[in-house]
Amino acid sequence: MTDNPKDIKSSDRAPKAQRGQVVQKPDGVDAIGAKITVNIDGQDIKVPMGTTILEAARKFGIRIPTLCHHDDLCVAGVCRVCVVEIEGQRALQASCAYPITSPLKIKTHTPQVRRARRHIIDLLLSKHYGECYTCFRNNNCELQSLAKEYGVDFFRFGHPEKPMYEKDNSSYAVVRDMNKCVLCRRCVRTCIDLQEVGVLEAAHRSSDTRIETFLDKPLSDVVCINCGQCINRCPTGALTANDPTDEVWAAIDDPTKHVTIQTAPSPRAGIGECFGLEPGTPMTFEMNTALRRCGFDKVFDTNFTADLTIIEEGTELLLRLYKALVEKDETVALPQFTSCSPGWVKFMEHFYPEMLPNMSSAKSPQQMFGALIKTFYAEQQGIDPSNIVSVALMPCSAKKFECNRPEMTDSGFKDVDYGLTTREMAKMISEAGIHLPDMPKSDFDAPFGTATGSGVIFGATGGVMEAALRSVIELVCGVRAEDLFEHANIIPVRGFEGTRLVELPIENVGPVPDVFKKLVPNWDWLKGATLKVGVCHGTANAKKVLDDIKNGGEFSKCHFIEFMACPGGCLGGGGQPIPTTPEIRAARAEAIYAEDRSYGVRKSHENPVIWELYEKFLTDGPCGHISHKLLHTQYTARGKYI
Amino acid sequence: MSTELTFSQVDPYAGLKAAAGIGRADILATMKTANIRGRGGAGFPVSVKWNLAAAAVGPEKFIVCNADEGEPGTFKDRLVLSEHADLVFDGMTIAAIAAGAQKGILYLRGEYVYMLNDLETVLARRREDGMLGQNSAGRIGFDFDVEIRLGSGAYVCGEETALIESLEGHRGEPRNRPPFPVDTGYLGRPTVVNNVETLAWAACILARGAEWFNRIGTEQSAGPKLLSISGDCENPGVYEFPLGVSITEVLKVVGAEDAKAVQIGGASGQCVPAGNFERKIAFEDVATGGSIIVFGPGRDMLDVARNFMEFFVDESCGQCTPCREGNEKLLEGIEMLAAGTCSMKYLRELCSLGKTMQVASKCGLGQSSPNAFLSIVEHFPDEILGRAEGTVA
Repeated sequence: MTDNPKDIKSSDRAPKAQRGQVVQKPDGVDAIGAKITVNIDGQDIKVPMGTTILEAARKFGIRIPTLCHHDDLCVAGVCRVCVVEIEGQRALQASCAYPITSPLKIKTHTPQVRRARRHIIDLLLSKHYGECYTCFRNNNCELQSLAKEYGVDFFRFGHPEKPMYEKDNSSYAVVRDMNKCVLCRRCVRTCIDLQEVGVLEAAHRSSDTRIETFLDKPLSDVVCINCGQCINRCPTGALTANDPTDEVWAAIDDPTKHVTIQTAPSPRAGIGECFGLEPGTPMTFEMNTALRRCGFDKVFDTNFTADLTIIEEGTELLLRLYKALVEKDETVALPQFTSCSPGWVKFMEHFYPEMLPNMSSAKSPQQMFGALIKTFYAEQQGIDPSNIVSVALMPCSAKKFECNRPEMTDSGFKDVDYGLTTREMAKMISEAGIHLPDMPKSDFDAPFGTATGSGVIFGATGGVMEAALRSVIELVCGVRAEDLFEHANIIPVRGFEGTRLVELPIENVGPVPDVFKKLVPNWDWLKGATLKVGVCHGTANAKKVLDDIKNGGEFSKCHFIEFMACPGGCLGGGGQPIPTTPEIRAARAEAIYAEDRSYGVRKSHENPVIWELYEKFLTDGPCGHISHKLLHTQYTARGKYI
Repeated sequence: MSTELTFSQVDPYAGLKAAAGIGRADILATMKTANIRGRGGAGFPVSVKWNLAAAAVGPEKFIVCNADEGEPGTFKDRLVLSEHADLVFDGMTIAAIAAGAQKGILYLRGEYVYMLNDLETVLARRREDGMLGQNSAGRIGFDFDVEIRLGSGAYVCGEETALIESLEGHRGEPRNRPPFPVDTGYLGRPTVVNNVETLAWAACILARGAEWFNRIGTEQSAGPKLLSISGDCENPGVYEFPLGVSITEVLKVVGAEDAKAVQIGGASGQCVPAGNFERKIAFEDVATGGSIIVFGPGRDMLDVARNFMEFFVDESCGQCTPCREGNEKLLEGIEMLAAGTCSMKYLRELCSLGKTMQVASKCGLGQSSPNAFLSIVEHFPDEILGRAEGTVA
């Protein structure tokens, strides 16, 4: 695929309307990547042509404050906080939006610049309703930091005393409080440019300007996919996740309730950031202790159902392939799409409903776990499932919507009662008086205790595919994954490129493991075939892949494609700590792969508890009747309707 | 000053035919000699703009005529388009030869929709006459045509990059500059955006010669200029004056010698008090895109300031902070002055805010919106400061 997102990154810097812009080279400079010397605050610095003043200053360790600028997003140049003085120019220029194409003399903090910044901050505060100490972004707010940095000591142009807008609490995932909005439009750019969903847009003019949904409908009534990427990039508290911590506390405090929590792999890689640790400091076992001290009765590892997902989704894939290749059934939808990202699922339901047959029917690990806790676990422990409150700690805002989908009640109860984000969990832990990094380590609870490295890497883009390939190689080819990839690290599916394609030739096949014998007679039909898989993260990239499939491109030849709604995969999810940058996401990924390396068992199909589960409970095997009832789901073709 | 406009004396097609005969390099040289600056208000040298567009690389190029005449107090483009549309289309075609453009777009102010049929008729006739379409004006391989597009009523779309956004079907909001439209304009292609009057003068220059044009006006502000004069005067209307004319002379002609002040350059221009009427209307002194509003002795200057600020509070696109919030604060300040509740300290703060808006706003709208307020506060202290809280009138 030629339009690899990595390749188009540079032109992405401009708003969509201005993509393909050319920066005119000055006379006499022919070489691409020519360097230009600029003078910033009296010091000369050589930068490549087209570097923005902001980038040049940062390279040089000069801080220019920003608000609308975000490393993940295209340039806006609207807040004007980053203005600087350029010698010879009457007006100040926004350093984030000014490409250097000639030698400039720049000053970053002249009296005029400081006055302008202070005025701008004062103007923003004059429209920003809310008290910092009642805000979930207190101490982590870019507007608050700017006010401090520029010595705001009173509200020069006033301060609203009453809210102007009603909070939009309609969505299970994202809450919008426009009283705190400073119109930086990061959410708009996130939704339109980064995710290509386009739910949010600037509406009206002048001081009436507001960020609105289509016809200003409640967020629950528009095509929002709940990915929460806007929350992660909002500089203030205007966007938050729908927070159920009060309800969770109430359940914990209710002695008749048995409160379980399952924790996904990404929160443990990120939650340390909420306690002042460097990004990429894993807190897995400290968090287990903290959660018990908060009062959760059992702490389970979602990785267990990640392993289960591999078996179920993998079996589904093999069955689709068998039908297509052996039974020559042309109605089989291939490639099969992963279904663990609820943002991605809703994206498909809204924007590509005609391709829903390609979606694996396997539930996400969160929902599989939910269904098992209120059936298998309840039965095994002799607990009345109506007394179980099942909580899920997820890096995700869309998981909140997912657990509230009406069909997610296969246990006979609401399978998962509450979805908590990493940020909300950190808040609960703090509220319990716990400083997470100081906690002693402890393991997950039985009976699902043991997970594998394959489950852990679900948190990073490419992780589901890597886990699936590890198992496919061993179950089908009859060789060890280590024989093909060093330490079973399937590097080609890793990384942060927006889309990836990997081919795996199946040279030999092994015997069919017992558990699959009911489903296929042998693997001979796969011998000599080449398994083609794809990986994709961020829904803007998903759009490219889906359109490529429709146009019969490379991705249409794939058998299996992993899709994650969020850039970076779950570790960059809408429930993860704020801020997010490419560097922070890379650090979290490193923590996840380090945890994978540390596991004794690193392949889903080697998880002994999984097979115990099939033996005792899901007795008719993967994709059998019981598993279909509890672990699989169906989708709603929503189109542009809710 | 002559009562008849030059535009009435220049034959349609004459400039274009002359241009078609001499070709790109000579057109550019002629424009350079004429030393004409943009008539829309900013006064950017036309030859520089055309040269940049000619040098820009792109698979196609566009000539856009900015007919979104929205500055309060200007109506001269309406007259030019109604009575001398051929000169405008001649100018667009000349610019296209100079820049190497294939397509022209006339961005017509939404309220001027009543002209649309007449303008389309002119275009159709020009096509029949071979002045547009295949081998326009007899130049082999030069297939230039003009399309008319309507604005939707936003003042800010008179700003060239907002105009381009609007043409592309987006919200009319100014872009970051650089890159400039001559590099990256409509659809990302090199685009020349010129005012209606500029293009008409270009046709006259090609018809009458650069020297004729350059002899009129001052060294830095060559040529004649159309002025739309309105307000407290006996003979409002569209006039042609040589640039460099003093305000006094203009007021004499329109019958407003008792004026207390004139607003030059519309809402985004500046307010000149009677004491400064010797100042010249020229790019180097008091610049204008054509709007002159006369205020008679009975006018309350605070009302004048309020009127302009209300306009900007309506018309700011809302994109950048200084303009979106700043205009509102200035208007609030005027209301406070009117109510006698604005302290001197706060008035000073507002003036300081106005200066920030002039340098920190993203586009010309926000950068010029405080001009009227600031110049009225500066020039009419008796009327303004007298209303500050705690001052004795």
